[in-house]
Amino acid sequence: MKSFFAYIAEIFSAIWSLLTGMKVTAKYFFTPWKNVTQQYPENRDTLVMYERFRGEVIMPHNENNEHKCTGCGICEINCPNGSIEIISKSIVNEEGKKKRVIDQHIYHLSMCTFCNLCVKTCPSDAIVMGQNFEHAYWNRTSMTKVLNQPGSKIMEGIKE
Amino acid sequence: MAFEKYDFTPLTQSIHQGLIENVSPLLTLIIEWTIIGVLFLLFIAVFGLLLVYVERKVCAAFQQRLGPMRVGPWGLLQTIADFVKLLMKELITPKSVDKFLYNLAPFIVIIVPFLTISVIPFAPGLQALDFDIGIFFVTAVSSVGVIGVLLAGWASNNKYSLIGGMRSGAQIVSYELSVGMSLITMVIMAGTMQISEIVELQRGGWFLFKGHIPAIIAFFVFVVAGTAETNRGPFDLAEAESELTAGFHTEYSGIKFAFFFLAEYINLFIVAAMATIVFLGGWMPFHFGNFEGFNAVMDFIPGLIWFFLKVFGIIFLIMWFKWTFPRLRIDQILTLEWKYLLPINLFNILLMATMVLLGWHW
Ligand code: SF4
Ligand code: SF4
Repeated sequence: MKSFFAYIAEIFSAIWSLLTGMKVTAKYFFTPWKNVTQQYPENRDTLVMYERFRGEVIMPHNENNEHKCTGCGICEINCPNGSIEIISKSIVNEEGKKKRVIDQHIYHLSMCTFCNLCVKTCPSDAIVMGQNFEHAYWNRTSMTKVLNQPGSKIMEGIKE
Repeated sequence: MAFEKYDFTPLTQSIHQGLIENVSPLLTLIIEWTIIGVLFLLFIAVFGLLLVYVERKVCAAFQQRLGPMRVGPWGLLQTIADFVKLLMKELITPKSVDKFLYNLAPFIVIIVPFLTISVIPFAPGLQALDFDIGIFFVTAVSSVGVIGVLLAGWASNNKYSLIGGMRSGAQIVSYELSVGMSLITMVIMAGTMQISEIVELQRGGWFLFKGHIPAIIAFFVFVVAGTAETNRGPFDLAEAESELTAGFHTEYSGIKFAFFFLAEYINLFIVAAMATIVFLGGWMPFHFGNFEGFNAVMDFIPGLIWFFLKVFGIIFLIMWFKWTFPRLRIDQILTLEWKYLLPINLFNILLMATMVLLGWHW
């Protein structure tokens, strides 16, 4: 007799749990304005990517065309795919001392897996992840980018 | 009754009269058969495509997506484009299949919805065949489909197809029982198997309300078993994509694949239509007690629209199941049938019989 009641109870608890599941999907169904699909090419102008999105590695410059990269090469060492090449040069500064600065921060977009390791390990936070994702090019060489802009120099006060 | 003005009988009668006065009786018969055949063919093709579109949209909405949006406005032409693509595809017959059975299977599967659809009353006077054993006919022919599925699985000579076919066979054979029994429950209440009469009996109120507790139990059993019979999720383990590629129709391409695909959706319609006829009063409008005004408004809506409203309601319910519940394992499916649905059903028949004897239903 006990097992009979257990059987009945099981049926009702099963129906209850199924109804709980159906309630969840019903909520999705009847709130279509919360849909996650983006109508991409149409909403291109208004599309806002999420902050956590990793589109490409970029190096922000300020209004005086200055960046924070010291040319230390840590990002190059940390990149698992060898997508970064640091070419540094040495210059003589005002005090007459020799100093190593970045010449070209070369970034191979075609090899990057957007793992974020370079951004994480950069000691001076010189590079960040950009949000542009339209990376279709006619030519493979366009995917090799120099991140420091021509004529740019390092900001004042960045520790080497 | 107000809604008799939507009766199709005068129309069909006048066509019949017009024919019989002008041509021989034999030719009349042939012409009428052809008209009905073409109508059903059109209906199945159009409704199948529509259902595929609806399914994709409903599924998308359940998953917070938009579904097809590119072909035509709101993706309305998507399924037509898909169908054209299927028609143009090459018909590949794998080398080691059993040629005859392999080619036969899709036709057996597609024949079933054509047979069952003939007894469905879409509106007053719009029913091709009105057997006095209509319910029995439906349960009988709908079990022919399993032969097609088994043949397809066997003749494909492929382990995925065979496993899929066998699963499907085990499943359909078991759930056939529940479908039949829940229909029998309602037949006990109606006292007839003639579909037109069953609909007529629900003029004063749908069987779901008239028969209260046992009718509601039977309704739920029917919807669950009907979902299983159409091989739809959560009972779609016959074509479980993740383990069996596409189950019994893995080796089919082009139009033969389209047959299986179409048959699945039309079977969905048939299950929904049967549920509508037996439990929800077919094309009968919804009436509530003695609210004359309300009832008059309900009568104003034609029976055809009522029928399709109810059918789409049930189809929506079945789609809701599919996109909510995870797929069952084969042992779970058989447990559900033999340990739960069948005993409940047997008890329910007893309950219904008692109720009918004591006159406890309305
Ligand atoms: S980007 Fe950062 S880690 Fe890479 S060279 Fe410049 S300062 Fe060093
Ligand atoms: S994101 Fe990863 S793969 Fe890309 S450049 Fe940085 S470290 Fe290399």
